[in-house]
Amino acid sequence: MTKEAILDLQGLSKSYDDSIAVDNIDLSILPGEFLTFLGPSGSGKTTTLNLIAGFVEPTAGSMLLNGAPLEKMPAHERNLGVVFQHYALFPHMTVTDNVAYPLKQRKFTAAKRAEAVRDVLKMVRLEKYASRYPAQLSGGQQQRVALARAIVYRPPILLMDEPLGALDKKLREWLQMELRRIHRELGSTFIYVTHDQEEALTLSDRIAVFNEGRIEQIGTGKELYDEPNTLFVGKFIGESSVFEGSMTDGRFHAGGKEYWGSGTVRDGPAALLVRPEKLSISDEAGSTLPEDLTNWVIGEIEDIVFVGSGMKYTVNTAIGGAVAHVPAERAVDTHIGDHVRVAWHPQDAKLLPA
Amino acid sequence: MANAPDTTQFSALSTQAIKSGSAKPNSQRKKSRGNGTRNLLLILLPSFIVLGIFYFYPMLTILVGAFTDPQVGLQNFQWFFGEQVNVDVLWRTLIISFWVTVICVLFAFPFSFFLTIVTPRTRGLLFLIVLVPFWTSMVVRTFAWVILLQDSGPIGEFMKLFGVQSLGLIRTPTAVLIGMAQVLLPFVVLPIYATMSKIDTRLLTAARSLGARPSKAFVSIYLPLSLPGVASGALLCFVMALGFYITPAMLGGSREAFLSTLIQGQVQGLAQWGHGAVIGFVLLFVTLVILGITGYVGKKTGGSVQDMVGGSKA
Repeated sequence: MTKEAILDLQGLSKSYDDSIAVDNIDLSILPGEFLTFLGPSGSGKTTTLNLIAGFVEPTAGSMLLNGAPLEKMPAHERNLGVVFQHYALFPHMTVTDNVAYPLKQRKFTAAKRAEAVRDVLKMVRLEKYASRYPAQLSGGQQQRVALARAIVYRPPILLMDEPLGALDKKLREWLQMELRRIHRELGSTFIYVTHDQEEALTLSDRIAVFNEGRIEQIGTGKELYDEPNTLFVGKFIGESSVFEGSMTDGRFHAGGKEYWGSGTVRDGPAALLVRPEKLSISDEAGSTLPEDLTNWVIGEIEDIVFVGSGMKYTVNTAIGGAVAHVPAERAVDTHIGDHVRVAWHPQDAKLLPA
Repeated sequence: MANAPDTTQFSALSTQAIKSGSAKPNSQRKKSRGNGTRNLLLILLPSFIVLGIFYFYPMLTILVGAFTDPQVGLQNFQWFFGEQVNVDVLWRTLIISFWVTVICVLFAFPFSFFLTIVTPRTRGLLFLIVLVPFWTSMVVRTFAWVILLQDSGPIGEFMKLFGVQSLGLIRTPTAVLIGMAQVLLPFVVLPIYATMSKIDTRLLTAARSLGARPSKAFVSIYLPLSLPGVASGALLCFVMALGFYITPAMLGGSREAFLSTLIQGQVQGLAQWGHGAVIGFVLLFVTLVILGITGYVGKKTGGSVQDMVGGSKA
């Protein structure tokens, strides 16, 4: 990393009486990036966000904001923006008063406040709703007010905790685009928490995948999709077929057959991960497949779904379930219950410890 | 004594009517037409009859009596406002009721807040502490205060150990305030707690993230959101205090007489039914004016806050 980190988490941990929520996290967040904490519930992503925001005190480790220690500073002095899943708008204040609230705490003059509120409401496209109360707005509008309130004082970092979680799919997708636009316009650092991998891929420059209080892997969406370091990351990002077997003497065997894949894994239980679009489907003899497809397994078709761009096959094999996306022009005439050959190139398979 | 509890009851009813007087019940009523409305009226009929016979009829008698007993005219009103002592008692009733309300709110607010932050078990216990006196007879409780506050009572004896000869508490406005505040406290705690328990404390976290010190967050967010509860609690307390009879009569001296004491004196002592009726009339009038003002102000400010808070939950 060439750029200086805006926020540095070093050995950050948070444990409760009987559980460890965040386990020794090291993370450098770059200025201006859109970083997403992705993981299942209970993986520590929200706790990490709350540690940064100052709502929770760390048990160990340090946080440096532009080189200055953050962990001892009370939440109201950190000057970070926070957007919550539950909006947390003040119900007794109008949109204008909600957005002006952080400016009042910062002793802005009335004229400056009015100007800043007008500008930010324009940015989130709510200038017509300035005098409404939160209860008079839809969920999507309320969340945009919450966003406006969190960015109006231009915090260096904006923290968002599943902000679109309570909204329906259409609205969520539209607001994702809005968030990307606002991130570009502001140029500040966004840290976003979600359990939705599609949302993470849509929004983020980089994604940190959380599991059991640790960061499993951090990288761009493409890196995580193409080169997962662990089976967890491979399964969590995108769809995949996982063939389970074991390594012996540096060779991977599953169901009595040897397979090849990229990556090195120590002897022991291991798995081969293949993305759906890399799989081909054919009859049992493999008559429609090129001869160099040496990695294959026979299985029974459990389901066939038309997905617009092609067909999605779910196949049960002796070494694991396979999911294959086959483009319309290469779709084969098969039915549920048929036995088929599922094949792939060794270079498209990723060998991972299980 | 006869119509003092009546007034109290009426006040409580009106307060509820004001509190629930937001848009909801009306819109519901509009939706149910024809059969629904007729059935609803049928269900309400028994209570209307009971209220009519045992409540509205006696009240009407008293209101009419104020103008007709012993003969038709305004002489009862002339008597009431003509005698300085009556006006003094009216003032005193208002002022003591006001201070009782202030005391109750000052105690009920932190107590209710405390109720919202403790464990459900502790909360149950604290509620019990508030409500147990509420379930015992008013006379018994007032007697208990007489015993506690008199010079030969436990507090007085204890103070004598320190050389304080006479506590001088009983038969003072202070004794009346203590006694009334204790009786009325639950009526203030319950609405304030009801409002506070609905406040989303995550709003305070949000306020801190926006740069507000915890104390500032409390004053600018929590306090305004709890005001509707404070207002209804205070209103209930004040209006009920206006009609108090036993407590001021037993804990106060002759100089702490309330309007109800005056009514009792006129009706039972002097058989001046017209005078009693006119005092009842004045008491009812004052109560209605206060309810009217509060209702109007509430609609302008507090009521809309309550609607907003309710709305944001949906």
